Amino acid sequence: MRRKLLEILACPICKSDLKVEVHEESEEEIISGKLRCKKCNVEFPIENGIPNMLPPELRT
Amino acid sequence: MIYEPAEDSELLLEVALREVREEDEVVEIGAGSGFVAERLKGKCKFLLTTDISPYAAKELRKKGLDVVRTDIAKGVKKKFSLVLFNPPYLELEDHLKKGDWLDVAVDGGRGGIEVIERFLNSLDEILTSNGRAILIASSYNEPQIYDLIEGLGFKYDIVGRRNLFFEKLYAIKIWRE
Repeated sequence: MRRKLLEILACPICKSDLKVEVHEESEEEIISGKLRCKKCNVEFPIENGIPNMLPPELRT
Repeated sequence: MIYEPAEDSELLLEVALREVREEDEVVEIGAGSGFVAERLKGKCKFLLTTDISPYAAKELRKKGLDVVRTDIAKGVKKKFSLVLFNPPYLELEDHLKKGDWLDVAVDGGRGGIEVIERFLNSLDEILTSNGRAILIASSYNEPQIYDLIEGLGFKYDIVGRRNLFFEKLYAIKIWRE
């Protein structure tokens, strides 16, 4: 995902802002990492360049 | 495992190309294979795609589109001036369900309208004040879909049609008063 997308993402559960933790990145993109909701603390993975903003119970 | 572009995809593309303006910030919800979104690239200021399916999300990224894996646009806080959605609008009978991601692309729940209803309920959060949404629906969803739209205080107009053998498809433009 392009770093710029971070500005438009929010927690799907409470709509709060997210904190990013980057594990792997290229010049243009975040390849893997985590987004953590600042309010409800739920984590959302970034895998293969795609942020997975599904609540944990919907992830498969 | 990804919904193949069909008449509904073509209808959405036709209407989207007519509707899109250079200054638009566009989100295509449930963008699937990217058939519509990839043809809007370069025609608007910003273009985002979402899909709930991991296979679709992967395909959208492969096509160089900005993608978020999410339900409707729940993980996105931005508002958009043009919202596009070709939803699952059929009611898939239990014996036809395979339990895979294609079910999710096709099955609109009871009356084919459950996903459409969730979309309409969240539209206020997604749409800018002067924004427009283009929603694909089937004659199978009539007349409940119009009650839902009006019940939420939106205006609508049918801006595109396809007559299929067994149903009619509509492109419904939705906006605020």
